[in-house]
Amino acid sequence: MDRNHLKRQVDFMKRSFLDQGYLDEQFIQLEELQDDDNPNFVEEIVTLFFNDSARLLQNIEQALVSGPIDFAKLDNYMHQFKGSSSSIGAKRVKDECTRFKEYCTAGNAEGCFRTFVQVKQEHATLRTKLETYFQLARQAGPPGTSRGQVR
Amino acid sequence: MENGFSSPRSESFPAGLRVLVVDDDPTWLKILEKMLKKCAYDVTTCHLAREALNLLRERKDGYDIVISDVNMPDMDGFKLLEHVGLEMDLPVIMMSVDGETSKVMKGVQHGACDYLLKPIRMKELRNIWQHVFRKKIHEIRDIEHENIDIIQMSRNGSDLDDGHMYCGEDFNSKKRKDFDKNDDKDFGDHSTKKHRVVWSVDLHQKFVKAVNQIGFDKVGPKKILDLMNVPWLTRENVASHLQKYRLYLSRLQKENDLKASFGGIKHSDFPPKDPAASYGHQSSINLNQNDVANGYQFCGSNFVAQDAETKNNEGDLKIVSEIKRTLTADVSDPQKMRSSQSFSHSFASLETEASYPAFDSTNPPEFSWSENPETQIKKEHKTHLQLEDGYSQLPPHGQQHQIPINQLQSDPAVTSVLSLTGRDMSGSIEIKPLFNECKSKNVSHVSPTESAIDTFPIQTKSQLINHQSFEPISTVISSMKPQGFNLSITDLESCQRNLTSASDPNFAPINEDLTVWLQGDYYTMNFGQSIDFIDYDDPGFLAEVPFYLYDPLTSDFQCPIDSTTECPIVDQGLFIA
Repeated sequence: MDRNHLKRQVDFMKRSFLDQGYLDEQFIQLEELQDDDNPNFVEEIVTLFFNDSARLLQNIEQALVSGPIDFAKLDNYMHQFKGSSSSIGAKRVKDECTRFKEYCTAGNAEGCFRTFVQVKQEHATLRTKLETYFQLARQAGPPGTSRGQVR
Repeated sequence: MENGFSSPRSESFPAGLRVLVVDDDPTWLKILEKMLKKCAYDVTTCHLAREALNLLRERKDGYDIVISDVNMPDMDGFKLLEHVGLEMDLPVIMMSVDGETSKVMKGVQHGACDYLLKPIRMKELRNIWQHVFRKKIHEIRDIEHENIDIIQMSRNGSDLDDGHMYCGEDFNSKKRKDFDKNDDKDFGDHSTKKHRVVWSVDLHQKFVKAVNQIGFDKVGPKKILDLMNVPWLTRENVASHLQKYRLYLSRLQKENDLKASFGGIKHSDFPPKDPAASYGHQSSINLNQNDVANGYQFCGSNFVAQDAETKNNEGDLKIVSEIKRTLTADVSDPQKMRSSQSFSHSFASLETEASYPAFDSTNPPEFSWSENPETQIKKEHKTHLQLEDGYSQLPPHGQQHQIPINQLQSDPAVTSVLSLTGRDMSGSIEIKPLFNECKSKNVSHVSPTESAIDTFPIQTKSQLINHQSFEPISTVISSMKPQGFNLSITDLESCQRNLTSASDPNFAPINEDLTVWLQGDYYTMNFGQSIDFIDYDDPGFLAEVPFYLYDPLTSDFQCPIDSTTECPIVDQGLFIA
């Protein structure tokens, strides 16, 4: 059945995200929270995250390019961003955040710049992947079908 | 413990637990909301700390537990934690993506009952109800203790022989421990000993003034610190003291509520009869109490003013005043505070008729701040109440002091009620014997052991002893009815003698605090007044008097108290060690 096939695809996709470290266990947890009351819970959360994180990234970017670097402030912003990323299980993004924070602590501006580029990249990559994922999931049928079947 | 919960949901507890979640991250806020709903909790979410505080203040009893993130833009999570703990006394759980030990430690120091790391799992949230439950249990236990104290006191009142306030046993060890600790710190170190600040009466008064000035709602450790202008005091000291103070105040309020239900216990005959003078405060207290309505009521000190004349024999007179008053005052309202400030007002205990055994609060320090001008003693004493960790005076927790205050018979004013009931009476209040005039008699000032200790800073032992000038004070302690711990002062001489011996270095106080206190007590009490003291021949005896040991007291005390003594003896039972 096409539907089943799609479902399998969705599951497979998710599984690959996990394997490749784009997502972690938190994502699965979110899926488990999804129920009849909130059938699109995961998608809503992810959307919320990407909207909000854009703002946070902006803050960091601003702090990096305008004037002398305030590492404490940078660290603070990144801390927020990292916390936010952890909410959806964005593992790679989170790891880059950690690296960034380390550079902040070390007062290494160049390291910060470099890492920030990585952060943005991972963030963008994940966004694309998840957009595709949810599209597929919607096609596959009712939310129930996209619940983490693949383990 | 279902009965601990007032909410109607108690049958299905923990379902319906009212949780307030505060997090500036919208994604997490949504996730947490969903997770908590899955636990069948009643969830309210907030983006901002300020908003959360407003919600909490609007509906004082509207939430059972608060979960908050550490990093928030408008207010530090720790600060919010402090506020909630102090004002509302709710359990607070902190969250963060950062699990650094120092942060976690900070959370605990500020009073968090748990610290969760993000990402948070369902199972962690399922268990948060335990914090609410635990608190309830403790509250109930406290109430029970208080009840027992009350009962004891009433019993003591009626039956002299029964003697001693019970209190003491459980607290004995605790007290001792505390005293020991106090001892260590004692002797003044103002030097910052690992943030163990001695919150002397003066210091606390400054603190209270600062709080009033700022306005209780807007108060913060930094502001208070600035206003207090005490160079060696750190922000942390103030913060933790503030926290305790708030806890104390809220406890008082609860006690008030409880009191209402325990009406029976009170001594009905205990009306503060005392000549109006001394109880002037009473009225003020009442006032305060009323005022407090919304806030923290004093409830504190139970003034058991005893009319010297009448009482003595009655033995009921136990004046237990909770010193809470000052504390409570603060809390509720700066204004109230002011009024309540005069210590003598201790709290509305008036309404309490009976001395309420110290309301045990977990640690609210009960300071007897009596700003009352009347208590000269206070000044003398300068109660160096030392409290560990910033608590002013009184050994931390669990000390209940009840200072039954017997009024000097002759002098109505006295009644210094200092009973610090309540376990936590830290900061025993000073015995404020208002009696200056009351020389002769017995002011039984029974300072609760703890309080006693506090009032007389350990260090002051020797100092006190040497203080001959303490007239008024002496009155305080004196008369104690035979009922229990009666220290009847048979004569000044013996008193002096005692005092002298007290000053002896070998006067190894069992509880040093006690001894000191005792010494001080006697000292204050008697000197200058012809107070009859019990013959204490043996310093040890004095030491034994430790309030919390009622039993020993009874046995040790021969309690020469003769019923003829005019001074109402404060039941030692009142001393709640």
